[in-house]
Amino acid sequence: MAKGKVDINPEFCKSCEYCVVSCPKKCLAVGEKVNSKGYLYVVSANPDDCIGCAMCAQVCPEGAIEVWR
Amino acid sequence: MDKVYKRTLGIQEGVVSGFCPGCMHGTAHKLVGEVVEELGKLDKLVRVEGVGCCGLGQAYVSHDTIIAAHGRACAVATGVKRCSPDSLVYTYQGDGDLASIGLDETVSAANRGENFTVIFINNGIYGMTGGQMAPTTLIGMKATTAPFGRKAEEHGYPMHVCEVLAQLKAPQFLVRTTVDTPQNVIKTRKYIKQAFQNQIDGKGFSLVEIVTTCPTNWGFTPKDSITFLRENMLAEFPVGVYRDKDAGIE
Repeated sequence: MAKGKVDINPEFCKSCEYCVVSCPKKCLAVGEKVNSKGYLYVVSANPDDCIGCAMCAQVCPEGAIEVWR
Repeated sequence: MDKVYKRTLGIQEGVVSGFCPGCMHGTAHKLVGEVVEELGKLDKLVRVEGVGCCGLGQAYVSHDTIIAAHGRACAVATGVKRCSPDSLVYTYQGDGDLASIGLDETVSAANRGENFTVIFINNGIYGMTGGQMAPTTLIGMKATTAPFGRKAEEHGYPMHVCEVLAQLKAPQFLVRTTVDTPQNVIKTRKYIKQAFQNQIDGKGFSLVEIVTTCPTNWGFTPKDSITFLRENMLAEFPVGVYRDKDAGIE
C-alpha cells in the first residue's frame, strides 16, 4: 500500500520535468499522451513507491500537482 | 489519506498560466499566493506589476492588479500603500523592469523605506521581448543585442540589486534566493512570508530577489537551464540574506 498519492492535472502540465528530477523515489515520468496544448504530460509511473512528500508539488511552476498522504 | 498539498487560492482556479514550460515565474506566483493565503490577507492583497513576462500574471492571479508604466511599479506601489495603508501591497517585477529602466524608482523607494514588498525575478535576460541583454546578463552570455556575448568593457558588469540596496540605511529586509529545488522553494516561501509580515508590522521596505531560469531565451531545455542556473547564475548572484534588521544583519 502506497503511503502517498499524487494527482497531476494533465491540462496544467507543461512537461518541464522539474517534478521528475525532484522526486526522491523516482515515481514520476513523462507519459506518452499529449494534452490539449500538445505537451507530453507527466504521470505517476510507480504510484506504489510514492511517499507523499510533496517535493514534486513544491517545485511545480504550474501548481498542477496535488498530494495526499 | 489527507490532502497535504493543494493549489493555492491566490492563483485562479482552472487557469493555465501563460508562461513557457519550465519558467519559474509560475513558482513565484504560487508562493506569493500560498504565503498570503496563510496570512489570511488575500482579500487585501494588491499587486503592482512591471512590464514584461510578469504581465502575463495579470490573468493568472486571483487578486487585484495594477500594471504600472515600464519600471515605475515601486512608484505606483508607494502611492497605493500611502493612500490605502490597510492593503497588502507588493510589486512583482523582472530584471529588465526593476534593474534597468526602473532602477531609479526602486532605489528611491528603498531609500525612503516605503512599507511594501518587492518580489524581484532575476533571470538575466529580457524574456518577453525576445532575449535582449538585461543589466543582469552574465559576462560572456549571449543575447540578441549582444550576439558575441556580453563584454564588460562594452556593456558593463551585471547589476547586483541586493548589494546595491544594502548600501542604503532604510531597507528592512533584502534577500536573494532561488527556486531550483524543493528545499529552495520552501526557503523562498519562508523569505516571502517574512517580507509580507514585515509589511503587516509596518517595518518598511522588503525585497526578495528570486534567481530564476528562462529556458526559452537561454536556449536550453528546462532541465539543462537548471544546471546553467546553478553553475553560472548562482556563481554571479550568490544567494543569501543581505539585510535583515530584525536578525541584526546590516
